[in-house]
Amino acid sequence: MLRDEDRIFTNLYGWESPFLEAARTRGDWDGTKDLIALGRDAIITMVKDSGLRGRGGAGFATGLKWSFMPKERPPGRPAYLVVNADEGEPGTCKDRDIMRHDPHKLVEGCVIAGFAMNVTAVYIYIRGEFYHEASNVQRAIDEAYDAGLVGKNACGSGFDIDIYLHRGAGAYICGEETALIESLEGKKGQPRNKPPFPAQAGLYSCPTTVNNVETIAVVPTILRRGASWFAGLGRPKNSGTKVFCISGHVNNPCNVEEEMGIPLKEIIEKHAGGVRGGWDNLLAVIPGGSSTPMLPRGICDTVLMDFDSLREVRSGLGTAAIIVMDKSTDLVKAIARLARFYAHESCGQCTPCREGTGWMMRMMDRMARGDARVEEIDMLLDVSKEIEGHTICAHGDAAAWPIQGLFRHFRPEVEKRLIGYRTQKLAAE
Amino acid sequence: MSAPAADVAGPATFAFSDENLVRAKTIIAKYPEGRQASAVIPLLDIAQRQCGNWLPCAAMDHVSEMLGMPRIRVYEVATFYTMFNLKPVGEHFVQICTTTPCWLRGSDEIVAACERKLGIHLGETTADGRFTVIEVECLGACVNAPMMQVGDDYYEDLTAERTEAILDALVRGERPAPGSQTGRRTSMPAPGPTTLLDRAETAGIAPKTGR
Repeated sequence: MLRDEDRIFTNLYGWESPFLEAARTRGDWDGTKDLIALGRDAIITMVKDSGLRGRGGAGFATGLKWSFMPKERPPGRPAYLVVNADEGEPGTCKDRDIMRHDPHKLVEGCVIAGFAMNVTAVYIYIRGEFYHEASNVQRAIDEAYDAGLVGKNACGSGFDIDIYLHRGAGAYICGEETALIESLEGKKGQPRNKPPFPAQAGLYSCPTTVNNVETIAVVPTILRRGASWFAGLGRPKNSGTKVFCISGHVNNPCNVEEEMGIPLKEIIEKHAGGVRGGWDNLLAVIPGGSSTPMLPRGICDTVLMDFDSLREVRSGLGTAAIIVMDKSTDLVKAIARLARFYAHESCGQCTPCREGTGWMMRMMDRMARGDARVEEIDMLLDVSKEIEGHTICAHGDAAAWPIQGLFRHFRPEVEKRLIGYRTQKLAAE
Repeated sequence: MSAPAADVAGPATFAFSDENLVRAKTIIAKYPEGRQASAVIPLLDIAQRQCGNWLPCAAMDHVSEMLGMPRIRVYEVATFYTMFNLKPVGEHFVQICTTTPCWLRGSDEIVAACERKLGIHLGETTADGRFTVIEVECLGACVNAPMMQVGDDYYEDLTAERTEAILDALVRGERPAPGSQTGRRTSMPAPGPTTLLDRAETAGIAPKTGR
């Protein structure tokens, strides 16, 4: 278990004030000028050496991503850091806690990351429903301006940087980085084709990096405590700490910062009070937010919570949102509900996703009732494969994976339901 | 996403109040020159708040003029994002999350409680215009499920009983305290913290007493 002295988010639960004075007592803004004085290359090298991988779901190496930004910028040509605070992956509510309770970690991270990538401005794109969270972030930004930490000559470093908060208006797809950029430009949030990647042509066609809230918020602590400290937590290539969200059928649902690679069983038992009715009452877990395929109890017994361990069992860490389902759960219904979510949130741009997510939803609703033929399972899986990988963004993949995960591990149970429904119907006739 | 209601006649004209005009200008200034279209979502939000939580055509047209955008671009945005209401809603706009994490914790009962208490179904508005209830997708408070949003406030860790009590309070014109409805502290484990115990003690938070 992670030691308390290694936790980054010491105000995760909002026991103390989120604002500047209290944030300073927690170590925020301590010697930021000296951190900036390390220089761009040194900061990016440290972030690379720390092994930090993006905390928004994809897990791309953060330092490497930063290094894609152009080193030299012609005068008058802007570059941007955009913080993805459009948290909406079902199961996930970690960035919310960072923004409402520890917003200065995010604001300070914006200054340091913004300096490292030599950007002119930072936009924090927060989902519109997070009204009170946005108020806290805005107040933290205002405080930082007033204290000379942000703006012209930020922290006395000689570097100028502006930070702006931008509220969205309800669209899951805007969590996809290019959809987020479109939305920030004042358009429908429909993902762009890549290339060009945002680092070449992002916001307003300028070089842009999009990073998750948690990714940016951990950077100041990594620089203060050293890359080797962060790299020493967790496992190689899966290092550091992570805020996990544990929801569903546990005794005490909660958010908690833990070490990467903690066993799934341990985190559920130590922090969430265990599975409702005990570990033996566990049916399945969705380990990393709704897009990640579910895991049956047998895998949950031993699997570790990090990118590579979960990949080995054909799932993923995603946003580290653990959704626990006990034996009372109708798994088909649970996944059918997710299918409805993906159909509702498809932006409509690519045909396989627009038509496919609706088709899969209707099929899953029938399966949930039992009103389908066993052969239709293979048809459903075939169609899911036609959607996966055939769309501009990963929304189609994300819609296909939960369904594939269900049948990978629980196909006999679903078949039994379909046969039972059919038998009953025939008997009634 | 919803289509504009052709049968709802909004006001013929719209202009920002003086206070909201100041807000709008502050927001427009956040974006580089020539990129003021970026302000369309925040401006529509302000307009919607000024109009009693919905967006009449006149408000969208005003925003399009202000930002120098073709009207159709503003309508596209207004119809794409779920938070824009293109027809009037009740004074209290109740949005119940029913996505899987909330569903696992009993969101069906929260929906039933609202429907029972208000005598309407999902998607409907009470005859007196005080309440609209809809179902929404994940609102990002999953460890405090089930939950609903009323106006800007999240009500979390709901039970059917607590939901009815909140609706009663709203009827009486009160604003019930948002957040967890079981008294637990935000997203912390309900019986007490399992981490940061020294800090918990300093902050006067009782440690975990076992369950």
